Amino acid sequence: MASDLVTTTYDPDLLIEEQGYDDHFHDHHHGDKYQSNFITHYVFSQDHKIIAKQFLITGIFWAIIGAGMSIIFRLQLGFPEESLAWIKPLLGKWITVNEAGIGTLDPQFYYALVTMHGTILVFFVLTAGLSGTFSNLLIPLQVGARDMASPLLNMMSYWFFFLAGVVMFASLFLSTGPFSGGWTAYPPLSVLPQASSGSAAGMTLWTVSLVLFVVSVLLGGINYITTVLNLRTKGMTMWRMPLTIWAFFITAIIGLLSFPVLASAFFLVIFDRELGTSFFLSDIYIGGEALDRVGGSPVLFQHLFWFLGHPEVYIIILPAMGLVSEVLSVHARKPIFGYKAMVYSILAIAFLSFIVWAHHMFMAGVNPFISNIFVIFTLIIAVPSAVKVFNWITTLYGGNIRFNSAMLFAIGFVSMFISGGLTGIFLGNSAIDIQMHDTYFVVAHFHIVMGIAAFFGMFAGIYNWFPKMYGRFMNETLGKIHFWGTFIGAYLIFWPMHYLGMAGVPRRYYSFETFDAFAHFDGTNKFITIAAIVVFALQLLFVVNFFYSIWKGKRMTTRNPWGATTLEWTTPIDTGHGNWPGKIPVVHRWAYDYGKDGREFIPQILPVSEDESESH
Amino acid sequence: MSVAVSEQATRNRIHPHKFALWIACASITMMFMAWTSAYVVRQAAGNWLEFRLPNIFFINTAILLISSLTLHYSYSSFKRGKEMLYKTFLIASFVLGALFLVLQYVAWMELYDIGVALDGNPAGSFVYVFSGFHGLHILGGLAAIIVAIVHAFALKFKPTAKRKLRFELTLTIWHFLDFLWLYIITFIILQS
Repeated sequence: MASDLVTTTYDPDLLIEEQGYDDHFHDHHHGDKYQSNFITHYVFSQDHKIIAKQFLITGIFWAIIGAGMSIIFRLQLGFPEESLAWIKPLLGKWITVNEAGIGTLDPQFYYALVTMHGTILVFFVLTAGLSGTFSNLLIPLQVGARDMASPLLNMMSYWFFFLAGVVMFASLFLSTGPFSGGWTAYPPLSVLPQASSGSAAGMTLWTVSLVLFVVSVLLGGINYITTVLNLRTKGMTMWRMPLTIWAFFITAIIGLLSFPVLASAFFLVIFDRELGTSFFLSDIYIGGEALDRVGGSPVLFQHLFWFLGHPEVYIIILPAMGLVSEVLSVHARKPIFGYKAMVYSILAIAFLSFIVWAHHMFMAGVNPFISNIFVIFTLIIAVPSAVKVFNWITTLYGGNIRFNSAMLFAIGFVSMFISGGLTGIFLGNSAIDIQMHDTYFVVAHFHIVMGIAAFFGMFAGIYNWFPKMYGRFMNETLGKIHFWGTFIGAYLIFWPMHYLGMAGVPRRYYSFETFDAFAHFDGTNKFITIAAIVVFALQLLFVVNFFYSIWKGKRMTTRNPWGATTLEWTTPIDTGHGNWPGKIPVVHRWAYDYGKDGREFIPQILPVSEDESESH
Repeated sequence: MSVAVSEQATRNRIHPHKFALWIACASITMMFMAWTSAYVVRQAAGNWLEFRLPNIFFINTAILLISSLTLHYSYSSFKRGKEMLYKTFLIASFVLGALFLVLQYVAWMELYDIGVALDGNPAGSFVYVFSGFHGLHILGGLAAIIVAIVHAFALKFKPTAKRKLRFELTLTIWHFLDFLWLYIITFIILQS
């Protein structure tokens, strides 16, 4: 089909010079003034492209730490009898070595690892590393703006994130250990410093870090929304925006409405911890003595937390969905199927995400009649999700598919999203939750649907836009090994967990030694751990490929290597500050003119010709 | 889909910085709405102390409202080129804003004296949380007014578009904090 399509030839510089919009940006040379030395160019940069790279590399740093932690606690779960003495140089006193030389992981530290793994992956990697990276990179480039609405706030957004990371990193080295009460920080473990060793200084630093993180998200979000609404170039109507931009835009709105609520909850936690209030504490008995707090309710914290917590999973997955939509369309050489339906389903998901939070609390003593309402709303989310899945698959149907690393990860995303989404329908029912809550079924569900899937979206984005970021390509062979290994490996890790969960194996337990009912899962747990180690090793391969390619990858010789229609590929290979050297491009069509009127693709900057069929 | 009607100009009716400020206000509102929702949920659970807000809170509300009016008058004087009025009312706004903060502290003392302590029943703790965090935001608003005052006295009087925008940003913050306090105080009155 593709062979008889004509490839459009065009000169982007000439087109932009003729058609473009002159905003007199380069008259003042302010680009150079602020970016003249190493510090202002690479460290305290206000250029959105550099900030995007900062978010990405910081995200990779945290991903290695977070995933490494999971390997350590998987070793404990898979091989509880084996000696862990060899990690003692790394973990120090958290490994106890007995007289026979057998090292065991301290149970307290096991909980800390689980907590940190969740916190780091959810906030630092999949929120900042994913949305922070690609919103920064793509919003100005794809809407045709010189930079963000406020480059200064944008820079501060990164540095607040950095600071949050520093505080969290410091908490790993406390003698009492980092916070260990679960990433959800439920009281009383999070509120009573004497509750566990991690609840002391570890929790204090955890709260400080996350408050800084909320500031970072808000500063970023304000910028993303303003840039999308105010700085679109001429001709770029909302309905012509690529789906990536729609996804980042809606994500920023969700974040802006939900993260302040998380901050409120954390402030009340701080009050309870430091000032003796009793918002979340009541007169519970500790060590035989009643606490002198009256009337607080830990369930209140859960309400506040999950009012953020649920939208948060969409803050993680929507950017991945946007990236995948774009990558699928570009590499299938077809317009995205049902563009408007895609936008409306993003909006529907965003709206519904705010009225389903109590499905995380079905077993926390919430009135079952109220639960019913939340069950219904939760299950309705399946509708817009299914619309999106249908559209992705239909976009692939009959496409002239390039099976490169970016595309493979995008297709892998769709697979993961289906597998993980279906188990979400199980868990959305409050009756099934009586058996399933807090089991490995839940672990399997959310890891597949928002962990692996979001990572796949991120990888698709990285492989696809790496040339735009660094002017070079990542190695394709390594990319394909990375994909197939991760794809198969991820299923091998998480598929068996469903069976554990159905049998009622609880999550977060240090050991199942005393549970005869779960003894026959020993082999399964070993298998999962081995698969996790292999997948972790493959991610290191990705990291090597990433950094190697920055300096030694294959050079980009044309500015639009994928034949994409969107504006970021009209910028010079070495994109300077201000993105376009001369005028700003003007947009004449939507972002998905692939295979139209017998032409392979038509960039957004090409004017609509008279003999062209109806255009968007 | 129709031909593009949007032009650069039509989208820029509102300055990006002002728009960004509105979004920031929305997120601050969410934070306070979270606390007021928590208040409702906690109140419904019983074991709730009923008390009457000290009258000084209402005097403070009036002071804050007046400061909003004076700042607005200062802004309109700035636009009309009345330098003296502009400067006088700008300083008056700052003084009223600072007075509000001081009197909020006095109100806290009165609350404490009638037996409503921060670490007592959550009914009282919430009032401290609301007014405390609102007060912190007022500090930010006062900082913005100080910057405006520095501009007023350090720069030559000239109502340029850029300086008008700066002033409008300050004005927006201050009006917003005013409405936020009205929301809080009305909420507490209606709930008790």
